[in-house]
Amino acid sequence: MILLNRQIGERAGLGLFLLLSMILLLLAIAAGTGIGEMSIPLDTTYFAVTNRLGWTSVALDPIHQSVIWDYRLSRALVAACCGAGLALCGAVLQSLLRNNLAEPYVLGVSAGASTGAVSIMILGLGAGAVTLSIGAFVGALASFVFVALLSNGARAGAGKTILAGVAASQLFNALTSYIVSTSGNAQQARDVMFWLLGSFGGVRWPEFQLALAVVIIGFLVCMYFARALDAFAFGDDAAASLGIPVDAVRVILFAVTALLTATIVSMVGSIGFVGLVVPHAARFIVGPSHFRLLPTCAVAGAIFMVLADIVSRTVLPQQVLPIGVVTALVGVPFFSVILYRSQRVS
Amino acid sequence: MTIAAENLTWKIGQTTIVDSVSLRAEPGKMLGLLGPNGSGKSSLLRLLAGLRKAHAGQVTLDGKELRQFGRGAIARRVALVEQHANTEAAVKVRDVVRLGRIPHHSPLGGWTRADDAAVDSALERVGMGERREQYWQSLSGGERQRVHIARALAQTPTELLLDEPTNHLDIQHQMDLLRLISDISLTSIIAMHDLNHAAMFCDCLVVLQKGRVVAHGAPEEVLTEQLLRDVFRVEARVERSPHHGRPHIHFLR
Repeated sequence: MILLNRQIGERAGLGLFLLLSMILLLLAIAAGTGIGEMSIPLDTTYFAVTNRLGWTSVALDPIHQSVIWDYRLSRALVAACCGAGLALCGAVLQSLLRNNLAEPYVLGVSAGASTGAVSIMILGLGAGAVTLSIGAFVGALASFVFVALLSNGARAGAGKTILAGVAASQLFNALTSYIVSTSGNAQQARDVMFWLLGSFGGVRWPEFQLALAVVIIGFLVCMYFARALDAFAFGDDAAASLGIPVDAVRVILFAVTALLTATIVSMVGSIGFVGLVVPHAARFIVGPSHFRLLPTCAVAGAIFMVLADIVSRTVLPQQVLPIGVVTALVGVPFFSVILYRSQRVS
Repeated sequence: MTIAAENLTWKIGQTTIVDSVSLRAEPGKMLGLLGPNGSGKSSLLRLLAGLRKAHAGQVTLDGKELRQFGRGAIARRVALVEQHANTEAAVKVRDVVRLGRIPHHSPLGGWTRADDAAVDSALERVGMGERREQYWQSLSGGERQRVHIARALAQTPTELLLDEPTNHLDIQHQMDLLRLISDISLTSIIAMHDLNHAAMFCDCLVVLQKGRVVAHGAPEEVLTEQLLRDVFRVEARVERSPHHGRPHIHFLR
């Protein structure tokens, strides 16, 4: 009875926690919409949003109206989706590969997706958001296959998987550089290089719709496999002896992470370390059970990315830092701490 | 009726690891699996647990072929304790034991009182009830194996397979663990290295050499000086222990 009460308590605690996190996320998005280079009064920001939602009809400067709705709000929402998606990918990959350092960027999946997207862009196979995503998806899968083959399906041990990821990153970054430098169009090359470092500069509402759809689908699939992911804690055979169809779960979840990574990379470039920092922080707060961990990662990742985007836009006057620079400056020290601690454990 | 193997063969590439093995566990009895390193004990256990697909022969559960059961159905019947399964995740003792309830749920099914009861009684059974909130990383080797056994018991299986569960434990923990396993009233098959421990605790022994069964039967029938010479390459004298009445082996060289 006490146990049952505690479980109900735990569940209610998680609900309350997620509610608070959602409020924090809304505040972060509001901040992302309100803060920017052009200083727009708070009430104007508010009315610009409510006007477009059809709740109010206050006369506003059309430039303000447009900056708030078409530029900042859509950008903050895409940032939230990307943060949620990357954090989910990190949490799933870490559990599936039993490796604390796994995430799309470290494993070279982002690099593969970049190569795919850049090929589409430069070879001019139609550069819509969807074709870019398909190219990126093919690239992401290619790098997954590369890493899987090199590390013997992650059975060769945690260290090997990361080394295979390093090799994949090098290979696909080299391919990307090759494609860019032989394209012979300096302006295009410059644009691509900037995009590769990660930028929310180009995103608008259509990108938000695609990102939201993919992140929701990815989240639901991962939640369906939450218990299976718990079972992977002691390895593949342990999971299989608990009745988990190990190979099928692995293929499905790798495909989902590849799809999420590919969609995100094709929109905003490869952004590193979000998938590393957020799941570890989330585990620290809610523990290792994936039923709680995955929603927490999604919300926390969204908040992290929206805030990182605000920093990237405001830290230098008249200039926007690539978002990948901000996440790497936070993420690399974090990576070092995990590496140091895992060495001490083993 | 319980778990049995009929002419089971399993290969890695061209190398035959398990070579037409037949064995039959007795309900409620403890069957010891002996053999030198690389004789196929671990592989045989994984075949029996349905984790590997045999190249020939079959595993049966109550006379029905194992492959006709689904994965979940097998996991509700047969539990496996590996040697030194470890994790870096910050799990607590209760989290590990709760894993044993996974086969009893659909992916989104809710946690029930029956689950709590199974987890609690498994923890009590291995004497870890008080330690449920402790972190895995803080446990000793012997305690970790106890938790693994509790996880296996939480599956409420009818067959328990154990792969050298006492490896790397000190002698007190080895004895404690073996006594615990032999007191559990499930059908169990346990791979082990220590022949004297096998003689003390097991009801029946099967000896493997290069993937083949070379002897099976009660400990006093199986553990002969000739077998120790042929299979384990040691010179030894086997006596009936005046203390526990089971065979005891003196290794000479």
